[in-house]
Amino acid sequence: MKLSKTFTSMLPALVASTAVLLSSPTFAETYGFSQIGSESGWRTSETNSIKAEAEARGIDLKFSDAQQRQENQIKAVRSFIAQGVDGILLAPVVETGWDQVLREAQRAEIPVVLIDRGVDADPSLYLTKVASDFTEEGALAASWLAAETNGVCDIVELQGTVGSSAAIDRKTGFDSVISNFPNMNIIRSQSGDFTRAGGKEVMESFLKAEGGGSNICALFAHNDDMALGAIQAIKEAQLQPAEDILVLSIDAVPDIFRAMADGEANATIELNPHLGGPAFDAIAAHERGEEVDKWIKANGPLYLPDTAEAEYQARR
Amino acid sequence: MRFKSIMRLEARTLAPIVSLFLLIVGTALVVPGFLKLSIVDGHIYGSLIDILHRSTPTALIALGMAVVIGTKGIDLSVGAIIAICGAVTAVLTTSTELHPLIVLGCALLAGMACGLWNGTLVAVFGIQPIVATLILMVAGRGIAQMITGGQIVTFHSDFIDAIGNGFFMGLPARVVLAAVIVAITILVLRKTALGMFLEAVGGNSEASRLVGIDSKLLIIMVYVFSGFCAALAGVIIAADIRGADANNAGLWLELDAILAVVIAGASLSGGRIYLGLTIVGALIIQTLTTAILTSGLPAQYNLIVKASIILLVLLLQSKVTQNFIKARVQSFRRASDA
Repeated sequence: MKLSKTFTSMLPALVASTAVLLSSPTFAETYGFSQIGSESGWRTSETNSIKAEAEARGIDLKFSDAQQRQENQIKAVRSFIAQGVDGILLAPVVETGWDQVLREAQRAEIPVVLIDRGVDADPSLYLTKVASDFTEEGALAASWLAAETNGVCDIVELQGTVGSSAAIDRKTGFDSVISNFPNMNIIRSQSGDFTRAGGKEVMESFLKAEGGGSNICALFAHNDDMALGAIQAIKEAQLQPAEDILVLSIDAVPDIFRAMADGEANATIELNPHLGGPAFDAIAAHERGEEVDKWIKANGPLYLPDTAEAEYQARR
Repeated sequence: MRFKSIMRLEARTLAPIVSLFLLIVGTALVVPGFLKLSIVDGHIYGSLIDILHRSTPTALIALGMAVVIGTKGIDLSVGAIIAICGAVTAVLTTSTELHPLIVLGCALLAGMACGLWNGTLVAVFGIQPIVATLILMVAGRGIAQMITGGQIVTFHSDFIDAIGNGFFMGLPARVVLAAVIVAITILVLRKTALGMFLEAVGGNSEASRLVGIDSKLLIIMVYVFSGFCAALAGVIIAADIRGADANNAGLWLELDAILAVVIAGASLSGGRIYLGLTIVGALIIQTLTTAILTSGLPAQYNLIVKASIILLVLLLQSKVTQNFIKARVQSFRRASDA
């Protein structure tokens, strides 16, 4: 009795506020963002960057952390659809199993933008994918190395986990550029599983196998963590990383900037976490009736030691 | 009769040692300079030292695993305990002013507490070991991620660093440390009745209870010991990369440890503890890894080559193969006598 009374007394206010929202649709757009989780520093900075970008644009962003579970993501997307958001950002934890929920979003005419990963579904079901192109990252790394060494370099490569798309594509991109330089060769290539310990152990064996490492010109690691492990192996072999052996890697985690500032690494390419801007732009373009590419490439820049100290302080 | 039993024992004991020897010789033929040892900066340097150095964590947890398996148990949680203890070490070093010895002590205590949890579930609540330790295997990595906040925590401590990368009398300090612990374990288990009690519990826990062995206490103790070994391995792994990687430290290492125990010839149904041979088993696994890495094999073949050679080692050790070899040797002798 009392409850229903409270409700009826609140009803006019509710109606009024809904009316305000309905009467000014351009005032504040509401987007939903289903994030995978916070398993790495990179993902945390991606989340923060997208939230900051939404705030800067005056977007009301509804955030949902799926804690690595697809069913939580599907639930989140369904609740976004039920709330009638203007757009959905989805960082899919796995590639498959999205068809149904994407179709539901399409029926509700809500554009879905995939963030940093793709899905195995009909491309017509989502608006676009905003993600880095790993192949371009590998190519950029190779181009920098070619310029740095005038196209003469014996390279050892620390691959990522065998079969992962980051490892395959970064290698493909790197190889495609160095194949243009007859005096650039990959003399050793092994998997360090994207981990520090893996990078260190594999680098140790490279140094042993290559006569103490004196003939290795550069190290290309598919991620920074492996490079950080390898740097320790190089130091323990009484060599100077970044001088005796050039160290080049991808991701731009805070610790690699520390290493660059300490003169132990030469370059890193950022795996761009700032995907909010292009994603919101894509939805805005779609609302204006413009055609949007199915893959918006958002590659990060290459960082050198000169800015490393400032970057480390900004990112830690 | 007695002579015969010694012969049998030797054939079984020899299999892992012969495998290790063949593996080293085989790799040396493929990889030039594999056996080369030199003195760099006052300590021994070379692939063989790398094998000793790299095998330390596996050897330590395999030591604990050998004792646990001897009591008919199994400890799947050691990989997670490694992550927890590495996280404890890193976080205490970076965020407190504690003396590194106290940090080390805290990490070891954390590992032993994990072991106590496992042992209590198994011995007091009677949960099957594989299930009881599976709980911590899954939850433990989460605990470690909670401690580190999901990031790799990089730390600097000269003392912890010395455990992971230092040298003692020309040898890696962690190898010396592990050797001391292996030696103490062998002494305690073989020079006292403790080893016999443990094997009795593993062989037939009901019978051992009837002869007056407190099997519950013993079982709790072996899991605590396994937790201690994993904790030390965790500190070493964290010290190695000067950081605690909660997602990857010790990942799947429990399987390597179980494999080392099996290569040593122990049965997973308990009753036998082979400590020395378990260490040989751990060395075989690491030799294989180092050999693959130095050989220049393309990365996608790593696992299949590793699995094939492990299969060969296990076949060499199987009873059927050994009986076959024995029969051949005997018929050869008879033929040469005649």
